[in-house]
Amino acid sequence: MSNAADIPARPAFDLLGALKSAAVTAVVAFGLFSLLIGVRTDQGPTGALELTPRLGALGVIVAIAFIGGFVRALFAGEPIDFAGRVPNGLKAATALVGRYFGFALLAFAVAEPVLFYHNRYFLDLGIQVLTYVMLGWGLNIVVGLAGLLDLGYVAFYAVGAYSYALLAQNFGWSFWICLPLAGFLAACWGVMLGFPVLRLRGDYLAIVTLAFGEIIRLILINWQSLTGGPNGISGIPRPSFFGIPFVDEENGFAATFGLEYSPSQRTVFLYYLILVLALLTNWVTLRLRRLPIGRAWEALREDEIACRSLGINTTTTKLTAFAMGAMFGGIAGSFFATRQGFISPESFTFSESALVLAIVVLGGMGSQLGVAVAASVMLVAFELFREFSQYRMLVFGLAMVLIMIWRPRGLVATRTPSVFLGRPKEVPAEIVAEARQ
Amino acid sequence: MEYFCQQLINGLALGSIYGLIAIGYTMVYGIIGMINFAHGDIFMVGAFTALIAFLALVAIGVTAIPLALFLVLLIAMALSALYGQVVERIAYRPLRHSFRLAPLISAIGMSIILQNYVQVAQGARVKPLPPLIQGGYTLLQSETFPVQVSNIQIIIMVTTVVLMAVFSWLVANTRLGRDMRACEQDLKMAALVGVDTDRTISLTFVVGAALAAVAGLMYLLYYGVIDFFIGFVAGVKAFTAAVLGGIGSLPGAMLGGLLIGLIETFWSAYFSIEYKDVAAFSILVIVLIFLPTGILGRPEIEKV
Amino acid sequence: MSAPADPILAVEHLSMRFGGLVAVDDLSFAAERGHITALIGPNGAGKTTVFNCITGFYHASVGMIRLAHTDGTTYLLERLLDFRIAKLARVARTFQNIRLFAGMTVLENLLIAQHNPLMKASGFTMLGLLGLPIYRTAEAAAVDKAKYWLDRVGLMRRADDPAGDLPYGEQRRIEIARAMCTDPVLLCLDEPAAGLNPRESAELNELLLGMRAEHNTSILLIEHDMSVVMGISDRVVVLDYGVKIFDGTPTDVRNDPKVIAAYLGVEDEEVEQAEAEVGL
Repeated sequence: MSNAADIPARPAFDLLGALKSAAVTAVVAFGLFSLLIGVRTDQGPTGALELTPRLGALGVIVAIAFIGGFVRALFAGEPIDFAGRVPNGLKAATALVGRYFGFALLAFAVAEPVLFYHNRYFLDLGIQVLTYVMLGWGLNIVVGLAGLLDLGYVAFYAVGAYSYALLAQNFGWSFWICLPLAGFLAACWGVMLGFPVLRLRGDYLAIVTLAFGEIIRLILINWQSLTGGPNGISGIPRPSFFGIPFVDEENGFAATFGLEYSPSQRTVFLYYLILVLALLTNWVTLRLRRLPIGRAWEALREDEIACRSLGINTTTTKLTAFAMGAMFGGIAGSFFATRQGFISPESFTFSESALVLAIVVLGGMGSQLGVAVAASVMLVAFELFREFSQYRMLVFGLAMVLIMIWRPRGLVATRTPSVFLGRPKEVPAEIVAEARQ
Repeated sequence: MEYFCQQLINGLALGSIYGLIAIGYTMVYGIIGMINFAHGDIFMVGAFTALIAFLALVAIGVTAIPLALFLVLLIAMALSALYGQVVERIAYRPLRHSFRLAPLISAIGMSIILQNYVQVAQGARVKPLPPLIQGGYTLLQSETFPVQVSNIQIIIMVTTVVLMAVFSWLVANTRLGRDMRACEQDLKMAALVGVDTDRTISLTFVVGAALAAVAGLMYLLYYGVIDFFIGFVAGVKAFTAAVLGGIGSLPGAMLGGLLIGLIETFWSAYFSIEYKDVAAFSILVIVLIFLPTGILGRPEIEKV
Repeated sequence: MSAPADPILAVEHLSMRFGGLVAVDDLSFAAERGHITALIGPNGAGKTTVFNCITGFYHASVGMIRLAHTDGTTYLLERLLDFRIAKLARVARTFQNIRLFAGMTVLENLLIAQHNPLMKASGFTMLGLLGLPIYRTAEAAAVDKAKYWLDRVGLMRRADDPAGDLPYGEQRRIEIARAMCTDPVLLCLDEPAAGLNPRESAELNELLLGMRAEHNTSILLIEHDMSVVMGISDRVVVLDYGVKIFDGTPTDVRNDPKVIAAYLGVEDEEVEQAEAEVGL
């Protein structure tokens, strides 16, 4: 038992040290931002660059750095224990909510079009969120479960979209044939891409997939005869309700079902379509996790050498993960094409890959629910920041770095075992190894 | 023939720039096994710093170009070194013992931050600079195609050679160089024998950033126009160069850089200029598949 | 000791070179079926290198490694890809630095070991995806086998715990249980007694002897703990600087002068004599 004498006296705030630290921070900030923020370059009337000093902005930033450095130095010795400060009652309550959170989210997702039937903006936002949820779940198979670093996921998204567009336009097949076909083509593409590179180590695999993503994008821009180049492909056929088009005519959807025509009807149909596709991705992933292939993926993420020593063909296991991820990415791409009616290489940049990767990593450890929540949060945040579009990406990058520093394992920091004798015990994230070499 | 020689010179100049950036990649990968995704953007920041510093110097009255450029070189190197140090401290050091993906994600985030920071601070438009170093020499007089080497190309190649020499001397003969090599071989052991590994790693980033700044200045003078996005493509190409030459090997980085510069120049000259970036990316893929240890690299044995 | 009558594993003229360094030099030995063969020697003698060659993690520079099943099929291990050695030739191994799947439960670890038969039963995932009973019965059988081995190593109560949570000695036992779940004909153990206290070592002996008796598993083990080596091996092969210096029974190995020299060194006079012979 400790007594009062054992508890160390609270250290006095070291004001002088904090001031020194703050001064250093301010000087560093000054150095970093003096030229790039302190002076603004713009092209003047002659075409040459003119300088405009912005000392005010520079001063503000240096001041913020000074204050920030001061505060940080002052509290350096006492890390704020957020987890410890939450009262136990609240913790229990959140745990209870957590278990039913998934169902609540699903219920909300199903009801959303009904709630916001007359609000086109929210319907579109919902469709966008669900698209990225599906992309996140697709990439989750590759990165979250199998632990393969894929920085070029957008390539499969693009292949799916362009395949759908070209098939639908040139062959006139219906949406229900083109969609799975595009997914299949994307999966084939995934196998072709994956086969030579999947034996590469982590970082190298990441860069190679990044390179593939860029190669695809550059080919899409330059192969004008096939892909329409930078102008893309327009006039992609829109989906119909199993053959009944969404038009304001006698044979249209509204007339057939005795409803008043509204352009929202097609949007609602699209919404439920992407919801079904996303849920399909989720269902397949959850089932696969309980099958030997899913377990092999997670084992691969933990320790590839041990897998090989157990007779697992790591190459085909990786290829399967890659192909499945590619397929779902391709299906999402097809949906994207039919929803927009128009696609161009602009939509398939590296930033998209980075965004989907951020969603998966933020979601945490291959967790389906985590990915869904992360996608929703990110997309909604992006929308809220739409007015500040200039600063949007900057904040996104900042968020990525901060999250990695503070909570690298993502939102859902535990892993649920896929098989158990007694009661399932959640595995805390710290134990889950990552790509042990 | 003359056309070929001209492309050769062009390729070597371009390759020198890539080589300077590649050194940063290869050193960092060698010492902590991490691809510094944001390194290409440090190059871009270096270019912008050089541009602004030059314009500022001219504005305050330093009109002698050689003096101005010399000062700009120093300023750009110093500030880029600061950027490199800060990036390492904030985004990579806390994650050194975390799982593999973490520093990579952080680096991607840092890259996005740097690109957008410059875009917000200076605008998304390209920034032109009138050619400062003019003139050159004609090497081969010919009616069809005279082979010329411009002064700026000479400066680029000479600067690169000098920096390489200085840097190789540094790595081989100084205390810092020895510490770097020790950390590269075995980080834990180096720490155990008293090497300040944190400081050594920081200095690796700093030196890499300084060299990237030189590359940035050269790029600015050579092409006369920069924008916030040049870091991404140049970064991937320089990384390709580092891998091609053998990751972890300094002469390999320079060799790889020259090769990539030559390949890109010849491809643009003889095949198609639109697909020149595709050529560079494809080389990366091919090298990693068929020759992952690069030309001058050491093969790694899997430890079971 | 004479050559084995029915060798399950025959290593012939195996050499492994890493650049200029010769880690294993012209090694030949054979392991009898159903017996426990120990590979011992001072640190750096090349024992793990031999293991890695046998189990496919290194590609031998020179030599032949032949594995013979009871039905007559032979496999040339130096030519098989690593996972095929485990899958086709049915050679299992454990690692010096335990390689369990730390973030997965003990039970999951044991099920992953049965990946190949389960994959077949799930129709390469297709049948399993559709929820057909053929997979469910196969999985139940796999869980039963896992439970059997958990029971044998005495860790049934830990089935649902994350493998990384277990103490060191228990992790070692799980690794062996996991290897046994692949139904191997040859089990290669890399220092299974490392870090175990004497009681645990005795339990390990019991476990290995039991495996040999009940399942006729042939065991090849690298070990430094002499209580284990002497207690259970049928044959001992001693390596020193990559060269075999002894091949015989445990009782004989104790008194062999070369083995003693390798472990304990020689008298100073002998060193001077050797130097004089060589001409230093």
